[in-house]
Amino acid sequence: MDEILVLAEHRNGELREITFELLTAANVLGKAHDLAVTGLLLAHEASSLAGRLQGACDTLLFMEDPELAQYSAEHYLAVLQMLLGDRKPVLTMIGHTAEGMDLAPALATRLSLPLVTDCVEISLEGGELAVLRQIYGGKINARLAMKPAESYLLTLRPGTFDAEAQQGKSASVETIAAPSWTDLKGRRFLGYAEAELEDVDISAADILVSVGRGIGKAENIAVAQDFADAIGATVSCSRPVADEEWLPKSRQVGTSGKTVRPKIYIALGISGAYQHQAGMKNADTIIAVNKDPMAPIFNVAHYGIVDDLFKVLPALAEKFAKK
Amino acid sequence: MDIVVCVKQVPEVTDAELEVTKDGTGIITEDLEFDINEWDNYAVEEAVRIKEAQGGTVTVITLGDEECEDVLRTALAMGADKAIRIEEEGFELSDAAGIAHGLYRVIRNLSFDLLLTGVQSSDDGWSQVGPILAELLGLPYAALVVNVEIADGMITVHRELESNTRERVELPLPAALTIQTGINNPRYVSIMGIQKVRRIEITETGSEELELSEEEIGSHGSSVASQVLSIPPVGEGAEILTGSLDEICEKTAQIIRDKGGVV
Ligand SMILES: Cc1cc2nc3c(=O)[nH]c(=O)nc-3n(C[C@H](O)[C@H](O)[C@H](O)COP(=O)(O)OP(=O)(O)OC[C@H]3O[C@@H](n4cnc5c(N)ncnc54)[C@H](O)[C@@H]3O)c2cc1C
Ligand SMILES: Nc1ncnc2c1ncn2[C@@H]1O[C@H](COP(=O)(O)O)[C@@H](O)[C@H]1O
Repeated sequence: MDEILVLAEHRNGELREITFELLTAANVLGKAHDLAVTGLLLAHEASSLAGRLQGACDTLLFMEDPELAQYSAEHYLAVLQMLLGDRKPVLTMIGHTAEGMDLAPALATRLSLPLVTDCVEISLEGGELAVLRQIYGGKINARLAMKPAESYLLTLRPGTFDAEAQQGKSASVETIAAPSWTDLKGRRFLGYAEAELEDVDISAADILVSVGRGIGKAENIAVAQDFADAIGATVSCSRPVADEEWLPKSRQVGTSGKTVRPKIYIALGISGAYQHQAGMKNADTIIAVNKDPMAPIFNVAHYGIVDDLFKVLPALAEKFAKK
Repeated sequence: MDIVVCVKQVPEVTDAELEVTKDGTGIITEDLEFDINEWDNYAVEEAVRIKEAQGGTVTVITLGDEECEDVLRTALAMGADKAIRIEEEGFELSDAAGIAHGLYRVIRNLSFDLLLTGVQSSDDGWSQVGPILAELLGLPYAALVVNVEIADGMITVHRELESNTRERVELPLPAALTIQTGINNPRYVSIMGIQKVRRIEITETGSEELELSEEEIGSHGSSVASQVLSIPPVGEGAEILTGSLDEICEKTAQIIRDKGGVV
């Protein structure tokens, strides 16, 4: 039977959530088109991880080697070159993560595979890959039909499929031997860098007043801080605000920052790119203030105010002023 | 240290109301402003900083139409020494791999120690061109770089991972890196600054000089058969609060109180 191959992602001895999201997506496609789902785990001393994957695929390819203890682009490329060349899966799926963004384009080039990245919907009607992507920071949907090909490669946006779905499978494990690691180019994993010390833990806050690039400049943070003080909230931010060092990195919400789930999340001048949404969309109540009515943040917000935040904030703060 | 940086011109869309063209293949760009891709701005800054610290040259390269000279001039004003533009004609319907192949044909003839691209372009968001170039050039590479140290022919970088973690990775030079925002604080370029580099000549390369066949670029070379754009449907979405500013704020204050704020 033809197969869909899913690359498992793990870090520090733990499977990453994206692995199960990929497997869910692969199983949906597999069921619809009669394709087997094959998991691929490249790791070291990881039989417990293998065990967790068996329930979600038909076959698990398992390679153990000290070089594979952590993700390593060159080792992964060597293994995938060998395996994909042999097996020619209809589709190979990788996460659109720090790992997949590093690996997938080089892999596609090495094997001359058609690659489409950051997909949020996937279909394989008639064996031809079609996907939905979001471009222009989430303001435009793009439906892509790929040209016919024997084998496709794609990366899947994190958070688009359910990681908890149960597949009720019990894959047989095929152990494969590591290759001899020749032709490597010398990239070496040295270790993880320590996170900076943080002043406050935004993930512990009940209310977050979160500022984005719309706040304009460092001095304006004070406007948000005053409002936050008035309602007993903590100030957090989107990435550009941390990049500009208007607020410390520890305040950043999103995929490369923190995931938060406060009772109330007030987004001020944040457009709502998915990397930001991923960190806050599960807040109980989301209120967004943005002057652009088409800003993607309004898709996840419960309440929206379409206006200039510099008009809204003082007027709103007024409502909480001690009488 | 000789450094090559790929830069792309992109439309500014965060504040803009976007419209899709009638045939659905693109957006209407007439009223949009164009600027250097945010990630590439950080890449140019990083290259110029390395040059300032260690000597060498910075060459910037773009594949685009004549208007894209603006981003090259911006990069020159930031401190780049040379600029190359590959004419876009023939590449209009290329996918990321097609663009990368075009850039590759020129870059392979340059001598350099380090090749920088941005992590992604803000319009297409492929996140592909950097690692594709590395593979075509046979270079070691690392994506999502937020810190760079160079010593003794080796480069040590921090790659940004999820959840505020980083990994340290070492690579021999020459190498290719994709640069993530926040790695530095890009310098501001004034109109005066751009005036000053007005006379620096930009090397132009026509697509015919690249010796790429029609099969390799444009729609023929692309793995995408068709792309149809649309404005995303407004899902359930937010309840937009209406009324006077005072009424809106009154409602908002009530929501904040109801949901557990300021007790
Ligand atoms: C690998 C990777 C990881 C990333 N990780 C993260 C992450 O963890 N967190 C994160 O946030 N981003 C992350 N990003 C960046 C993300 O893609 C977006 O670029 C970013 O979230 C945009 O931030 P923003 O909404 O503040 O700015 P913009 O997108 O520039 O939006 C600014 C918004 O403010 C509005 N505005 C402007 N002025 C006003 C005003 N006066 N009143 C009201 N509204 C106004 C505008 O209409 C606009 O919608 C990541 C990107 C990559 C590639
Ligand atoms: N047309 C182009 N000209 C020059 N560089 C480009 C071009 N397109 C993409 N790049 C580079 O590749 C990076 C990643 O782009 P992408 O793969 O399109 O997301 C960008 O940040 C640029 O550095």
